[in-house]
Amino acid sequence: MLIIGEKLSIIAKRVREAMMKFDKGPIQEIAVRQWKEGSGMIDANIGPAEDGGEKMMEWMVTTIQEVVPLPVCLDTTNVKAIEAGLKVHNGEWGRPLINSTSNDPERFPIMEVAVKYQAQLIGLTVGKGGLPADAEERAGIASEIMARAMEYGMPVEDLYLDPLVLQMATTQDQALKVIQSVKMFQELNDPPMKTVVGLSNISNGMPKPLRHIMNKHLLTLLYYEGLTAAIADAAEVNETVKTVDVIMGRILYAHSYLEM
Amino acid sequence: MAFTAPNETFGGKVFQIDAGIDKKIVFGGEDVLPFHLFEGNVPNRPVVAYEIQDVPPEDWPETIKKVYEGVSGDPVTWAKYCQDKLNAKAIALRLIGTHPDRQNRSPEDAAKTVKDVLAAISIPLIILGSNHVEKDAAILLAAAEAAKDKNCFLGKAQEENYKTIAAACMANNLKLIAMSQLDINLSKQLNILITQMGFEKENLVTDPMCSGLGYGLDYTYSVMERIRLAALTQNDATMQMPMLADVGMNAWKAKEAIATEAELPIGGVLEQRAIAWEAVTATALMIAGSEILIMRHPEAVKAVEKFIDELM
Repeated sequence: MLIIGEKLSIIAKRVREAMMKFDKGPIQEIAVRQWKEGSGMIDANIGPAEDGGEKMMEWMVTTIQEVVPLPVCLDTTNVKAIEAGLKVHNGEWGRPLINSTSNDPERFPIMEVAVKYQAQLIGLTVGKGGLPADAEERAGIASEIMARAMEYGMPVEDLYLDPLVLQMATTQDQALKVIQSVKMFQELNDPPMKTVVGLSNISNGMPKPLRHIMNKHLLTLLYYEGLTAAIADAAEVNETVKTVDVIMGRILYAHSYLEM
Repeated sequence: MAFTAPNETFGGKVFQIDAGIDKKIVFGGEDVLPFHLFEGNVPNRPVVAYEIQDVPPEDWPETIKKVYEGVSGDPVTWAKYCQDKLNAKAIALRLIGTHPDRQNRSPEDAAKTVKDVLAAISIPLIILGSNHVEKDAAILLAAAEAAKDKNCFLGKAQEENYKTIAAACMANNLKLIAMSQLDINLSKQLNILITQMGFEKENLVTDPMCSGLGYGLDYTYSVMERIRLAALTQNDATMQMPMLADVGMNAWKAKEAIATEAELPIGGVLEQRAIAWEAVTATALMIAGSEILIMRHPEAVKAVEKFIDELM
């Protein structure tokens, strides 16, 4: 399971303030912590970034990679900012990932940039008109995104399909549909399509003490179904990932398995 | 259409390890199942070490005792005989005389024996306790100091005494043999505990506990096989240590290696039968994945070396 460290998001006050002041300290501290906690990639979420997005993404990518030997997940809808980030991304530790395209024509230019820089790309299975109702609709959108990617000359192996995790507190019936989607997405190709979720979205709006419980249990079910990657807090989900690996027979059990 | 044999390759690799100063032994390093040279890299042969003891082998069966008649009264003479006359690649010195139920020799006695043997040979030395967990902690600590910087293997560290023995190895720049009780999960756990002390995993050899043909060999075989599969297929760094098979002491305990022709008429000539028992135990465990073997009878060792020649 690839954990994409989620903590560097403009939504967090401390991160936002650091970004506004171009203060490397807090960004690097958070990035290093996530790397040490087991993240295999760091998400840099700069939001829509309509003003100064290019400079911001460029600064984020270099700031993170100055201290952490990991690829970066470039998380914004601003395609110019993505390109600026890709230009400076150091591929020594793996290829960058773009978060994200979708089946909305406005997001197609992102595919062009992904192909140009040989980046991997998250395909969010939503279209122009609202949220998908169920797993079948998500799989339909996924197929369209895959077809579009091939048109742009992108190998579908570079695509991560995201079923879009919604909030438990407001749309309870969607959680099961997301789990079903992860299973269905894999069947769309051979080798199976890669899948990713923004995990903590499930517990948005829930009381804080309950959030980690919801996150971890959803991840257990998703991972069982074959989820490839999760944008999540490595410290929070490490136990879950390792325990499922042991149950699934991917890792040999020893009493200290959680410490490895 | 011509048949193409499928090639199985893995992500993991066994650590390569060496011992000795002047004449080194090197084993491990392969990234495929034992002897699968056609699928990947097998840079080293399995190595056989000759077993000797700190005290005369009074408890050994007659067939093997007589091979070392005249030299086994003293470990230095015995070690030199193995090195010079039998062309041993390594010596495994078992400090069995330190066991409280045997001669109960002291740590100082053990240290002196180790020093004397090391001074007499130029091939690598494996230093083994008596497998008495309390006594071994004291004995192997003294032995480690006597072997400081000589690039020996020291063992066997077990769950109950690994802290002392691993620390002694680290302090004296030696390599460690870790033994668990025929259980793959406990074997992994012991490796983890030892490495968590700061011990380099590349300096560790795993002994999953050996058993002789007809006396549990299948259990050892299965555990070794699964350890190797975890190392290769799961790329589990806590399971990538080379494996030791302590063959001689187990094979020569078997009824078939001891019983006379009169007692076991179906078994044929005792000497041949006993040698075959040791050789077959050893070859089976090499197929299961062990890279370092401790053996007793020169003819059995010859058979094993021939077996390796043919497979490599």
